[in-house]
Amino acid sequence: MKTFRIGGVHPAENKFSAGKKIQQAEIPKMVAIPLAHYIGNPSEAIVKKGDLVKVGQMIGQANGFVSANVHASVSGKVNKIDVQLDASGYKRPAVFIDVDGDEWLETIDRSPVINRECNLTKEEIIKKVQDAGIVGLGGATFPAHVKLSPPPGKKAEVLIINAVECEPYLTCDHQLMLECGEEILVGVSILMKALGVEKAIIGIENNKPDAISHLKQLATTFKGITIEPLKVQYPQGGEKQLIDAVIRRQVPSGRIPVEVGAVVFNVGTTFAVYEAVQKNKPMFERVMTVTGKDAPNPSNYRVRLGTYLAHVVEQAGGVPEGTGKIIGGGPMMGRSLMNLNVPMAKGSAGVLYMRDEESIRKPVQNCIRCSKCVSVCPMGLEPYLLMAQSERNMWPEMEADRVMDCIECGSCSYTCPSNRPLLDYIRYGKATVGGIIRNRNAK
Amino acid sequence: MEKLIISPAPHIHGGDSVSKNMTGVIIALVPALLASLYFFGMGALIVTVTAIVACVLFEYLIQRFLIKGEKTILDGSAALTGLLLAFNLPSNLPIWMILIGALVAIGVAKMSFGGLGNNPFNPALVGRVFLLISFPVEMTTWPVVEPFSMNYLDAATGATVLSLLNEGSSAIPSAKDMFLGNMPGSLGEVSALALLIGLVYMLIRKIITWHIPVSIFVTVIVFSGILYWVDPATYISPLVHLLTGGLMLGAIFMATDYVTSPMNPKGMWIYGVGIGVLTVVIRTWGAYPEGVSFAILIMNGFTPLINFYVKPKRFGEKVK
Repeated sequence: MKTFRIGGVHPAENKFSAGKKIQQAEIPKMVAIPLAHYIGNPSEAIVKKGDLVKVGQMIGQANGFVSANVHASVSGKVNKIDVQLDASGYKRPAVFIDVDGDEWLETIDRSPVINRECNLTKEEIIKKVQDAGIVGLGGATFPAHVKLSPPPGKKAEVLIINAVECEPYLTCDHQLMLECGEEILVGVSILMKALGVEKAIIGIENNKPDAISHLKQLATTFKGITIEPLKVQYPQGGEKQLIDAVIRRQVPSGRIPVEVGAVVFNVGTTFAVYEAVQKNKPMFERVMTVTGKDAPNPSNYRVRLGTYLAHVVEQAGGVPEGTGKIIGGGPMMGRSLMNLNVPMAKGSAGVLYMRDEESIRKPVQNCIRCSKCVSVCPMGLEPYLLMAQSERNMWPEMEADRVMDCIECGSCSYTCPSNRPLLDYIRYGKATVGGIIRNRNAK
Repeated sequence: MEKLIISPAPHIHGGDSVSKNMTGVIIALVPALLASLYFFGMGALIVTVTAIVACVLFEYLIQRFLIKGEKTILDGSAALTGLLLAFNLPSNLPIWMILIGALVAIGVAKMSFGGLGNNPFNPALVGRVFLLISFPVEMTTWPVVEPFSMNYLDAATGATVLSLLNEGSSAIPSAKDMFLGNMPGSLGEVSALALLIGLVYMLIRKIITWHIPVSIFVTVIVFSGILYWVDPATYISPLVHLLTGGLMLGAIFMATDYVTSPMNPKGMWIYGVGIGVLTVVIRTWGAYPEGVSFAILIMNGFTPLINFYVKPKRFGEKVK
């Protein structure tokens, strides 16, 4: 069975919410819809206080090409446009809406019928994806229309769908595949058309045999789509790792996937593309997992953007006793939250409770040079060395040792027997070196 | 819930620890320890216990009174150094010499550089070589095998296979005896079988990788094999090279010491080939009949250089 060829770890999967039906989360009384994205410029608000909005109405306009539109996830009255602490840990602009009913834009097709035919041209599809504000749901929230428009001279040969869900605990993509498999495959064909490729491969880790067999069966009625079961290995959901695993090509340092002929979309994003193109539904809700070892009811919810996480957590039975840390996202790459009064964003894949005793890091010991960090690094870097350089502000050396290749997957810190905070130092060094490179290029 | 902990990702840890690795190596050494207790009896027990206690005690005293640093004696590394030092000594060595060896190993080779992780040379080997140079007679007078012997200092002695061959004798034990360990030698080095069991255990537990032991074995077999093929009358056969002296112990347990060996497979191969070549060179043309300790210490010295120049295979470096 295929997997990527360098490094990797296998943390305990702990997928407690696997097989739990996606429930519609209750619509809250008030939402705060973030205008900022993880990557690119924040959108500009195009509504003002007192405006009445409907579900699906655009409220934030993309600011530049690498940015995405934002739509109202509820109907009601705009209360204010203000900053809001979000899951990133920063205060960033958001549109606050007081909810009144649940009135959708008439253009959105709410029927349960699966619409398989798509007669739009390539340009029309990309336009619809861009208008719908679709960003990658895998974590980096990169605008989808940018990926569908490769730089001049670059041609995609194959579309790869990331259905790996390699983060422990999270199950939202898994459940979406089980419940909306056909819609996802229609989404895949639409993306193939937009990219002008004949071939699409859906990579799924083999800890989801039900999703693999379900999609395999459905794929027989679609042209050019194959399902590739992959050996369970973290971080297989990393874009470069997935491409290596599926088509055995390695994207060189500093290059983008389309340069080896591949374009990667997350399976959740693919579903959103289906909804946008076939149902005229912009991206204003997504599936998220609420889970943890002590979670009263590990579950998957379809949540409107801007819903405070506290509201979702309450429906899932509340925060368990003895929780020391709450993570937005998965345990390997998620961010720990200061509190639950942060709004759901397009990139929020989960809420994870960690027990008190799991939340505290163990004491740091000397590096014993066991080289386990080197052997697990999926990018072939030397984490022990990068940390030592970062501690000593050796920026040129860090750049030469390829700190910018680091994908921040955390495999090194996860593995270190001496509990050394390798990734903390590498991230710091990477940010500093990144700044130095930008300054140099600006001159 | 009122107080949530904020820290950067990753939020989970694999549960590996320094002490797990150290105790893993100690467990891997148990078969060899049992073999030595069988072959050398009381002497092996006294030397082993003395070396372990002395190493742990010296580390504790140095941390307590000299450097006033963090207590690390519980991580198992000092006990492991003691055990490995004992394995490199004859089972009739007087206690006071063992104490000197332990003091050099822990005090000079390990703690003076800043403790675990900072020592450039393998502490147990530094202790052994110090003793070998200081007390050449005692360090090369080996008790003969006597199952469950109750003798310690007054054990009957004999020559090792390598020193016999070095002196031109050809009366060596059978391959089976050499494989099982039925021959004179340092107390932990004699039984290739027991040491190989330890290797398999460490590979299964992923404490070490195969690169260093295999590269040493391959190099020794190839290099000594060429010499033996050219002139079997003058040179020692590859099988004897492999099964005698400290080669098994050195390749499996001493050369694979985390701190003093290279950090990636390519570097490990260079290091292993270096140790293999130096071992055969010293054994064949050197003044000493045995050269594994020197070979490992010399390559320890090259480890930082290897780490500096030899980088792991980067992702995307060669697009296939």
